Amino acid sequence: MTAALRFDPIRLPEKCEQLRKEVRAFLAEEIAAGTFDPHAPNREDNDAPEFSRRVGAKGWLGMTWPKKYGGQERSFLERYVVTEEMRVANAPTRRFFVADRQSGPVLLKYAPEHIKMDILPRICRGEVCFAIGMSEPNSGSDLFAAKTRATRTDGGYLINGTKIWTSSAHIADYMIAIFRTSPPTKENRRHGLTQFLVKMKQPGIQVNPIGQITGQFEFNEVVFTDYFVPDDHVLGEIDGAWKQATSELAYERSGPERFLETYYVLTELVRAVGKNPDTRSAEGIGRLVAQVHTMRRMSVSVAGMLQAGKEPVVEASIVKDIGTVWEQQLPHRVRDLAAFVEETATNRETLEKQLDFAIKTAPKLTIQGGTTEVLRGIIARGLGLR
Amino acid sequence: MAESENIVAETAEKIFADLADAQTINHDNKGEWKAPLWQALTEAGLPLSWVPDDLGGSGASLAEGFAVLNVAGRHAIAVPLAETMLAGWLLTQAKIASPEGEMTVVPASPKDRIALAADGSLSGRARGVPFAKEARHFAVLAGGNGGMTIALVDAAKCRIESGIGLGGDHSDTVTLDKVQPVAIKPAPDKFDQTALMLMGGVVRSLQIAGSLEAMLEISVRYSNERVAFEKKISKFQAVQHNLARLAGESAAALAAATSAADTIVHATSLNNDAVFLEAASAKIRCSEAAEKGGGIAHQVHGAIGFTIEHILHRYSLRALAWRDDFGSESHWAVELGKLVANRGADELWPLVASR
Repeated sequence: MTAALRFDPIRLPEKCEQLRKEVRAFLAEEIAAGTFDPHAPNREDNDAPEFSRRVGAKGWLGMTWPKKYGGQERSFLERYVVTEEMRVANAPTRRFFVADRQSGPVLLKYAPEHIKMDILPRICRGEVCFAIGMSEPNSGSDLFAAKTRATRTDGGYLINGTKIWTSSAHIADYMIAIFRTSPPTKENRRHGLTQFLVKMKQPGIQVNPIGQITGQFEFNEVVFTDYFVPDDHVLGEIDGAWKQATSELAYERSGPERFLETYYVLTELVRAVGKNPDTRSAEGIGRLVAQVHTMRRMSVSVAGMLQAGKEPVVEASIVKDIGTVWEQQLPHRVRDLAAFVEETATNRETLEKQLDFAIKTAPKLTIQGGTTEVLRGIIARGLGLR
Repeated sequence: MAESENIVAETAEKIFADLADAQTINHDNKGEWKAPLWQALTEAGLPLSWVPDDLGGSGASLAEGFAVLNVAGRHAIAVPLAETMLAGWLLTQAKIASPEGEMTVVPASPKDRIALAADGSLSGRARGVPFAKEARHFAVLAGGNGGMTIALVDAAKCRIESGIGLGGDHSDTVTLDKVQPVAIKPAPDKFDQTALMLMGGVVRSLQIAGSLEAMLEISVRYSNERVAFEKKISKFQAVQHNLARLAGESAAALAAATSAADTIVHATSLNNDAVFLEAASAKIRCSEAAEKGGGIAHQVHGAIGFTIEHILHRYSLRALAWRDDFGSESHWAVELGKLVANRGADELWPLVASR
């Protein structure tokens, strides 16, 4: 067997707790001002551009990045606190979340200096929204089957093809996407894809929203027709995206958003059962709390190990695997227990509405950002089975 | 893990590797492995890890002891090492010196109570006491009019109804009928039966986590050896995904147990919500993992893992048996659920986030 799994009992440092207070106070003010309703996670129309700017003004976007790009040079554990508090409050983070977590770090690593200087400070100010262009109509989990072509032209590339299931493409200012610059080789079927920075809202890009079973329009089809990308928008190695796409995924996989997506139904259930729950409710709540506590301890542990410069790749995949399965099952377990809630519980209607939405949301949780099947393949490789 | 924890745990690891090889023990019907193992553990000072020098122990830290227990779980150790450590720890709470030899704690379930009478004698019945039959002394927590007391009791003065638990180890019923203890002192302020059960629960959680690590390792190894349908079964996606889930359960157990142990190491008292959340959660989540993870380990092994000759049952059944000691997951889930409900919905996240 390869090296044993590690989950060191890492605690968030003291300075995180001060930050947590600031985030809670800020969110309380936003709720009081009517920016969002923490009890209504289903508000689909709320992409909250002003909220995004105020979060940026607090210094909570790109907070781990170098100061010269607008960052704060703070630790990943501090970012962790901001992320989990926003998530638990059901804050409208859609506009900035992808840029902060994923796109910014990719730019930091692969973009030319003038692009970094242009875009990163704007991400930090909460001004720009990013999408990620990976899946295509005939390539989802099999990322390296992507066919959308980038053809060489004067000073850049012409893009033709279609990306799909692209979250936030309809509001995004930029997309980081992979396009095919060469055919795959016999030796390496992952060869031939290149990562590009794409400016949205330009001619040559057609964004078609796709309705989801929740009633929301969160993801899209994005059609490229002779869309021009200049040379300086290539991110990293030509034909070598496969080397980049698989690195740094640990951050993306193991954050608090990987088990807290439906957390609100647990809070609401606790409210509904009141101070003196019957044995069945108490037992059910106790188990769920033990499980979410354990998930969080695993997630914080991975964040701490990453901060310390370790590479807990398998551990991070495990966090996402069991975290997403847990948050998917949570609304169903809460529903089991909600059957015994008194008719007179004052928040009964809120709980029912939340359950309705969470149960509809649940199927996507083990699909988005890498399916359970793909994750288990990665874990299996880490265990020495592949 | 700090360096000192490594040294103590490595000492334990070496003793287990030399004298508690699962294969050897599994084929030793006469139990001849037991005495040399216990002697080596005693010589290394491990059973009384948590007892300071002046009370007869080796004075290891809590963290060092917890690390040993995780290793003991990885070897599914079937001598009362964890029980003697816990008993020594309990006696130390009241500054009672620990004797030599095997010990265990009474009671071992949150439901059972031992009472201290005005004449200083102890009475009561405790079920499911691990290794009572093999212990020379019991560390007893008893309630009386003056509050909680801790006592050292000679096992020979108690009635012991022998029983064998799921894992094949002794799990006995101990009855005290006006037993005069060897030593008795008041428990420290706020030390109650819940504190003992939480500590016992963390001990069992670490052992379960260790056994799951072992089950993952032997299951992965077996899948890389066993050939079916002309290939190693590790190459089948269904088997890979099962093992990935086993890794997840093993990881969850390890994270929950080590987090709870770390909490106790840094706690000034066992009587607060943070310790309760951590320790109860560890016992709940590790017990769940024992069922799910152990089930997968058996599934991967097929029929061979169901045989008495194979070592898998030494880990899988002990992990299941350990769920029942010091409060089952159902017990702790009810208690944790009550605590959470009583604090109120808006205090749940602050509690979780405080850890």
